[in-house]
Amino acid sequence: MSMLHTVNKSPFESNGLRSCLAHASKGDTVLLIEDGVYAALKGTAVSGDLWRCRIDVKFCVLGADLAARGLDKGRLIDGIRVVDYGGFVDLVTEHGRTQAWL
Amino acid sequence: MKLSILINEGPYTHQAADTAYQFTKAALDKGHEVFRVFFYNDGVYNGSRLTVPPQDDRNIQKNWSELAAKHKLDLVVCIAAAQRRGILDEGEVKRHGKGEGAANVAPGFRISGLGQLIEMGIQSDRLVIFGD
Amino acid sequence: MAEAAKSGAAPAPAKAKKKFLYVNRKAPYGTIYALESLEVVLIAAAFEQEVSLAFLDDGVFQLSKGQDTAGIGMKCFAPTYRALGDFGVTKLYVEKEALSERGLTVEDLQQVTYEDENDGFKAKPSIVLIDRAALAKVMAEQDVILSF
Repeated sequence: MSMLHTVNKSPFESNGLRSCLAHASKGDTVLLIEDGVYAALKGTAVSGDLWRCRIDVKFCVLGADLAARGLDKGRLIDGIRVVDYGGFVDLVTEHGRTQAWL
Repeated sequence: MKLSILINEGPYTHQAADTAYQFTKAALDKGHEVFRVFFYNDGVYNGSRLTVPPQDDRNIQKNWSELAAKHKLDLVVCIAAAQRRGILDEGEVKRHGKGEGAANVAPGFRISGLGQLIEMGIQSDRLVIFGD
Repeated sequence: MAEAAKSGAAPAPAKAKKKFLYVNRKAPYGTIYALESLEVVLIAAAFEQEVSLAFLDDGVFQLSKGQDTAGIGMKCFAPTYRALGDFGVTKLYVEKEALSERGLTVEDLQQVTYEDENDGFKAKPSIVLIDRAALAKVMAEQDVILSF
């Protein structure tokens, strides 16, 4: 069964997202939370990493963390799904297990 | 589904405890069973009854205590991590001679061993970890 | 030890074993995560589940040989990894790419062995060098992944 990965750190500060993407498998989902949401923005130095993986891995981002940081949904890389905490819970139950890239 | 939560960071410095709280509430709202919430590393500080945040800020400990009372949640603070960091219940206060009234574990939290963490990994359908 | 006295939960009833992987991505001493992860592993061993450890990113530094903490006044817990075999924890996956990115080879790591009870108690290496793609597969096979 597939895995839900959570990434909670800014990709500009930590290699958590990079390491997550290097170890994720086809069909997995990566959920960006807390400072991890900065990875979801278009036109950054790390956006390319997400683009390269997006065929195999789905990306979601926690909407409350975007809003808290003043990030408009219009700035997200196309195809990234915004979820609320309930959606986070659904992602956890839909995937066989969860791995936190702390 | 049966879910368990592990929290590895204390309140206020990191968002982990806040995210975990919002997640736990959402899971309960959706009708899932939360088997246990386990506090480890600096996460044990969430269980201190002595925190006094400013009135216009959220009270993370109180939020957990109230959620626990409402949903009969099992909030477990790791004893080894807690002793290192000065979170004690009555029994530990006596055992270590820390003086009457020194117990500071908050209502709704209990102090127990790491076995509780392993057990919740075994018993739950999903384990979700919040930290930094 | 207080831990044992208060561990509360008895080992789980005879059910299908779960596969637990402890993911170590942080270096020792600068933060407590490596030590407190190891403390969980030692308790986990009593629960008769399948336990293995993965070392990637800065986690590979946890296994560096020659650690001497006298100067920083902290307990050196590197020898504890060598005791894991006695607790039935015999698989320490170490990622090759993480080593080479940090200018390390397996020679820079301490030796960790276990006694193989199915092979005349011969000492066998616990450290399994594994590339990133293979480690991703190991992760995908787990029931529970713990990271601190």
